[in-house]
Amino acid sequence: MKLRIRHTKLGKVRFTSHRDTARHWERAVRKAGVRVSYSAGFTPRPKLSFGLALPTGAESLAEYLDMELEADQGTPAEIAALLGPALPTGYELVESAVVEGRSHSLQDAVVACTWQLHVAGVSADALVDAAERVVAAASVPLARERKGQRSIDDVRPAIERLVTLGPDSAGRPRLEADLCTTGRGLRPSELMEVLFPEADVLDLTARLVRTHQWIDEDGTRRELLPSAAAGRAFAAYA
Amino acid sequence: MSSLWARVEPLLARVQKPARYIGCEDGAITPRHGAGKVAWLLAYPDTYEVGLPNQGLQILYNILNERDDAVAERTYAPWSDLEGLMRARRVPLFSVDTHRAAGDFDLLAFNLSAELVYTNVLNMVDLAGAPVRSAERDETHPLVVIGGHCAFNPEPLADYVDLVVLGEGEEVIGDITEVVHQWKASGRTPGSRTGVLRELAKVPGVYVPSMYDVEYDGQRLRAVTPRYPDVPAVVHKRTVADLGLWPYPRRQLVPLTEVVHDRLAVEVFRGCTRGCRFCQAGMITRPVRERPAEQVRTMILNGVRDGGYDEVSLTSLSTADYSGIEQLTQGLNPAGCGTSDQLTISLPSLRVDAFTVGLAGQVSGGRRSGLTFAPEAGSWRLRQVINKLISEGDLYGAVESAFSQGWHRTKLYFLTGLPTEADDDTLGIVDLARNCVRIGRQHTNRASVTVSLGGFVPKPHTPFQWFGQNTTDELRRKVQLVRDAAQKAKGVQVKWHDPSATLAEGIASRGDRRIGAVMERVWRAGGTFQEWSEFFRLGRWEDAMAAEGLSIEWYVHRHRDEHEVLPWDHLSAGLHKDFLWQDWQAALAEHGLEDCRWTPCYDCGVCTGYGIEHVVASPVPPAGGSQGTGQDLSRGGEVPVALAPRPPRDAEPTVQVGAGGATT
Repeated sequence: MKLRIRHTKLGKVRFTSHRDTARHWERAVRKAGVRVSYSAGFTPRPKLSFGLALPTGAESLAEYLDMELEADQGTPAEIAALLGPALPTGYELVESAVVEGRSHSLQDAVVACTWQLHVAGVSADALVDAAERVVAAASVPLARERKGQRSIDDVRPAIERLVTLGPDSAGRPRLEADLCTTGRGLRPSELMEVLFPEADVLDLTARLVRTHQWIDEDGTRRELLPSAAAGRAFAAYA
Repeated sequence: MSSLWARVEPLLARVQKPARYIGCEDGAITPRHGAGKVAWLLAYPDTYEVGLPNQGLQILYNILNERDDAVAERTYAPWSDLEGLMRARRVPLFSVDTHRAAGDFDLLAFNLSAELVYTNVLNMVDLAGAPVRSAERDETHPLVVIGGHCAFNPEPLADYVDLVVLGEGEEVIGDITEVVHQWKASGRTPGSRTGVLRELAKVPGVYVPSMYDVEYDGQRLRAVTPRYPDVPAVVHKRTVADLGLWPYPRRQLVPLTEVVHDRLAVEVFRGCTRGCRFCQAGMITRPVRERPAEQVRTMILNGVRDGGYDEVSLTSLSTADYSGIEQLTQGLNPAGCGTSDQLTISLPSLRVDAFTVGLAGQVSGGRRSGLTFAPEAGSWRLRQVINKLISEGDLYGAVESAFSQGWHRTKLYFLTGLPTEADDDTLGIVDLARNCVRIGRQHTNRASVTVSLGGFVPKPHTPFQWFGQNTTDELRRKVQLVRDAAQKAKGVQVKWHDPSATLAEGIASRGDRRIGAVMERVWRAGGTFQEWSEFFRLGRWEDAMAAEGLSIEWYVHRHRDEHEVLPWDHLSAGLHKDFLWQDWQAALAEHGLEDCRWTPCYDCGVCTGYGIEHVVASPVPPAGGSQGTGQDLSRGGEVPVALAPRPPRDAEPTVQVGAGGATT
């Protein structure tokens, strides 16, 4: 049985890496006594597969993993109830469901993510101006260096949606963006670079939260596992 | 007295591996501070990845937090990127548990397991906002404490620390807590710091360097004497008589990020009496005290259940020597632990023989990543000098066993620069490695052997404490000898430790109080993280020695004589100085010494002096190899160990020591 789980990663634990997250899950599975299938071979590994990496330091309401389980261990909710307490503080299991049949891996299925960015040191008006400038632009060139090769791409097509939101509890203005993950995808730190080319974006990015991961299914955009609990978990932290 | 998290958090977006600084480990204890409680900040003066697995620190963290009158948090050395940001934004050293400023604690206690971290100690005291020299600190600053193996010669740090704890910490931290508690209750009034230090100097196992006068006779040390009649002339180490009474750590810390030893660790015994003469750990941790097998089993099961680990390391100085090791490991595998059928058992510090490899094969859960053995010297003659009594047959038996069970790689640890080492001994290393590859190739074409060469640094409280360390030029020459010879040996790779770092370690290892100023200069010149090659520069050490008018030759390369006052003579691990001297003479005469666990006592001084005994479940030696006796002990237990008798003392020749040419 393949179980798909959606969970949060909020608070101090956001400073752990994607690799660390895999480690947290492997430990949690053993602690909870949930029986996961193992790969064959000299060094058997538990069959856990993770979705798109979350940048170290970013929080999330929409992290996903699939686990291949041995049979007869209860309903998804029962298994999730075992795993939840075995995870570090900041992880909350908000949805779980059995994945039927053959399906794409999480990495391949997701086409876009929604991000919320809490911006420090910039007025709400300046943020609106910057966002409008980028949305209105016909093209947004961005340079990057990969393996010593410098290239310039137009990243405007990767910005599917960009809006400003009201202030957070600390009075900081917020942005919400849907960014593509396929083709020349765009990372949220790169979005900040094109919004504020002159600034040190690390200083400006007070908080970064992935709120949704999207797939295209038969022409319609939908979430992998929609969750109301994710929003409640976020409210508890915000 | 509040958390610095709001000031730390923005810095973490700018540093490598920010998970080092967040705490939140499984097994971390929510500290409950209170007005009457003595607050300890337990510090490891290296990175989080190196320091977190440290068992000594975890043991004390558990014990202190169980006390009503104490609370303990942890801190590790911030990496240079974070340190730069902290200094620029005036954020002091903080705990990882609640991000509380180090200056808010009563004691800042460092675990020292290597000499090259000393400059990090100064750096962390400075980051805590306290003057680095103890004489300049007052009642508003934390007391700076050091413990761990390096504390057995703390003199290079004597002017910088307030207390030194000798030996095992389980019991003495309670005694220290009680004295500091009184001091807090009395209000830590101005000028009261000297008073509390004087009280602490009366606690057995506690050495307060500022309560002692040091006299010199030119370069030589004349005496280290207490200033007051109630301060002990010799401070003795503390030793826990029964390890079974201390099943700690009760909750192992499970980090959220990768660390150097990412597995459950259960200490199966403490102390070692194999008597390897270069090994400080084996000398200062005597006698042997085994943990009851049932307790070991319980600690493993609890650790696996609580921590979710799939690997446990059974730690000690030589785990194959644990009584009933086979029964213990068989009882744990494959599914004996209840929660996981994937539990892997690792056995660090493997003895070199086929029995041990068989054991490793049974418990390794199918993993065959590599096996490491430490013959330490290339010839039987030199192994007798250092009392590492492994025959070539033992090594070849071990290697045969390893390659036949599916291992492809073995690593052999050797020391070079040992007393009496001649080029034949050094070249013997390559012969051994070549023969090991030949044995391996009978099983697999991929067989390879890596030789790892470390430069020998003589350590205090060992029979080699009188030996003059080889120069860097001499060590480099020996490394080159091995490299040249290994070029022609197929399948043999050579790795070596930087001889420059070996020299710096030598300065600190047997230094006296005058070396303190050298440490401070190295630190002020930017020399932190000296164990990390990207930060180490010998030039800083040479410049600092020159600036202080101190001779590297005198401190490091000179042979000491029998009657020289050594900087640690007022500190005792229980070993009689004349026992160590006799053992040094026996070394020069190439005589081995028995393991006293299974043979009559030769009175090293520890058991008799401290009224403690070996706690060993089996009165006969374990199975495995010859164990230096020339007898077949592969079945163990059935044959009493006996060494050939020593020749009469007057027959001992004058022996040349080292390649430097000096004689004793």
